[in-house]
Amino acid sequence: MKAVRKVEGRAIPFGQKNVDTDVIISAEWLKTISREGLGAGAFESIRQKEGNIFDDPEFAGAPILIAGDNFGCGSSREHAAWALDDMGIKAIIAPSFSDIFSGNAFKNGLLAIALPQEAIDRLMEVAKTDPVSIDMESMSVTTPFQDRFAFEMDPFRRNCLMEGLDEIDLTMTQSDAIERHEQETDSARPWIRPQAA
Amino acid sequence: MTKARTLYEKIWDAHVVDQRDDGTSLIYIDRHLVHEVTSAQAFEGLRKAGRKVRRPDLTLAVPDHNLPTTPRLDAQGNKIPIADPQSAAQLAALEANAPAFGVPYFDATDIKQGIVHVIGPEQGFTLPGTTMVCGDSHTAAHGALGALAFGIGTSEVEHVLATQTLLLKRSRTMEIRVNGKLSPGVSPKDLILHIVGVIGAAGGTGHVIEYRGEVFEKMSIEGRLTVSNMSIEAGARAGLIAPDEATFAYLKGRPMAPSGAEWDAAVAYWKTLPTDKGAVFDKSVIIDAADIAPSVTWGTSPEDVVPVTGVIPDPASFADPSKQDAARKSLDYMGLEAGQKMSDVPVENIFIGSCTNSRIEDLRAAAGVLKGRRKADGVKWAIVVPGSGLVKAQAESEGLDRIFLDAGFEWREPGCSACLGMNPDKVPSGERCASTSNRNFVGRQGPGARTHLVSPAMAAAAAVTGKLTDVRELTKQD
Ligand code: SF4
Repeated sequence: MKAVRKVEGRAIPFGQKNVDTDVIISAEWLKTISREGLGAGAFESIRQKEGNIFDDPEFAGAPILIAGDNFGCGSSREHAAWALDDMGIKAIIAPSFSDIFSGNAFKNGLLAIALPQEAIDRLMEVAKTDPVSIDMESMSVTTPFQDRFAFEMDPFRRNCLMEGLDEIDLTMTQSDAIERHEQETDSARPWIRPQAA
Repeated sequence: MTKARTLYEKIWDAHVVDQRDDGTSLIYIDRHLVHEVTSAQAFEGLRKAGRKVRRPDLTLAVPDHNLPTTPRLDAQGNKIPIADPQSAAQLAALEANAPAFGVPYFDATDIKQGIVHVIGPEQGFTLPGTTMVCGDSHTAAHGALGALAFGIGTSEVEHVLATQTLLLKRSRTMEIRVNGKLSPGVSPKDLILHIVGVIGAAGGTGHVIEYRGEVFEKMSIEGRLTVSNMSIEAGARAGLIAPDEATFAYLKGRPMAPSGAEWDAAVAYWKTLPTDKGAVFDKSVIIDAADIAPSVTWGTSPEDVVPVTGVIPDPASFADPSKQDAARKSLDYMGLEAGQKMSDVPVENIFIGSCTNSRIEDLRAAAGVLKGRRKADGVKWAIVVPGSGLVKAQAESEGLDRIFLDAGFEWREPGCSACLGMNPDKVPSGERCASTSNRNFVGRQGPGARTHLVSPAMAAAAAVTGKLTDVRELTKQD
């Protein structure tokens, strides 16, 4: 994973609530066996409409997306995070995220920043004309107009994101503890081992 | 005395490999279901890093999402190739990855093949008190048997394959207590739709829901699977129902479940799992079963639920302005108007299937309504897709396939089918579908498709009349 310390630039003032994973990337795109190239399918049902915000030249290449409550609800498809990444999004700011989506975003080095609705309303306003900046060091979102919104992030995730750490490598260093757990389970609850299929 | 704990806390505590100061824990995963759509990139990741699957014996792979539901073998018993090259490649990847990594695999032509969340319980792979994951959000279903089961993304699939663990934060707990009895004609599906309508699509975010109360104690395991399945539609990553005698009776003798002395030891352990008296939930919701009618969705979020006897709400009636806006967009997409009676809405397509409602009891419920009846002329496409090869065989032995065929339905091979617009089973753009699946999102059943979520009996009733119908109206005359 590459390290992320700062994301700066234009933000797409999307603002919709309950944006589900089918809207972010529809099932037709899930047939791929690669993680790449999904940006072309991102928000397809919305992009079919003329004058949609994602094809507005004003926001071409914008690295930030601002959305409403419960962003990324629905399926577990990590393709949603891959699609956003592929379309150049590096951070999403919303009042809340679905649990699975925020995990998927994190695993791909995408920032999922939760801020209260008032902050979102203000950022939506600013985003129409001006850039927004996210700083992981100070854990804040700022605008050119002295706005400053502090956000919280799980310290583990923050550290992984800022240092670009690979989670599997980290867990592998604990294989002794994992093995111990397996041995304990084998003696305390041997029935957990499934009979062969 | 030890602290009173909830079912969730007991399962969690028994699976902590390591607890960290930052609030995360490394949690051991006892069961991992794998399917074709969310695994290819994970196996690829393992291969690139030169890693193995740590516990192939705790893993089980099966194709379901992308698999066509048309016959899989020709008259000579040869496999019929899959037309779509991308789908074929994805299915071939799983077929190759499973043996390459030593993972048990049910082939598309195996009678044991089916939707991941149907075959897990069916095979006895799902057990109370275990932790279980799958790269699919409806993994929540397995909580019906008292397993802590939840959906994960592909990077997490790779993490579990490589380490058999996940790094997690403890969830908050939510109790949904349903008091009283469900009225006749009201099914577990109606109940869970009602619950999602009450708490909202984000109501359970960050929580694990435990369903409690008399209604669940009396409910069959199949009904419990339907309820727990849709926990994710209320934002909760997992649902739970305490294991009880019904759970044990359901599991006993299943191929992958323990047997002999191990069975007795397992049952003794499972009996210690239910939430202790005095344990505290972070949130409690109380619902009266008597309030619930057969339910249908009108919009494009599973929280958009009304009784079939109701009308489509006026977007202006919602307090939250963003919900008003969402409701307007939903109605526009659905081609519906506020105030319209739900029972006046015509449907052209009927889908009976998905991991929510494709088990034998679901097929019996639908066949019970369809027996001696035919689909209305306005219904262009009606399909029944059993959840597994074993469900299909059971239904055929009971003659249910004849009832469906005589009613004008197609009788298909097991898979996810029209639950998601990925395989060839799709609802045409602009048309409506009364569907027993779990999501009514924009485009979920195909681009432009309009989904109304209902129970199997309600889907059958809609097939007969050609519009959304209160099934009680039909069964009253029987
Ligand atoms: S039936 Fe639908 S919800 Fe269930 S696993 Fe398949 S696609 Fe997912």
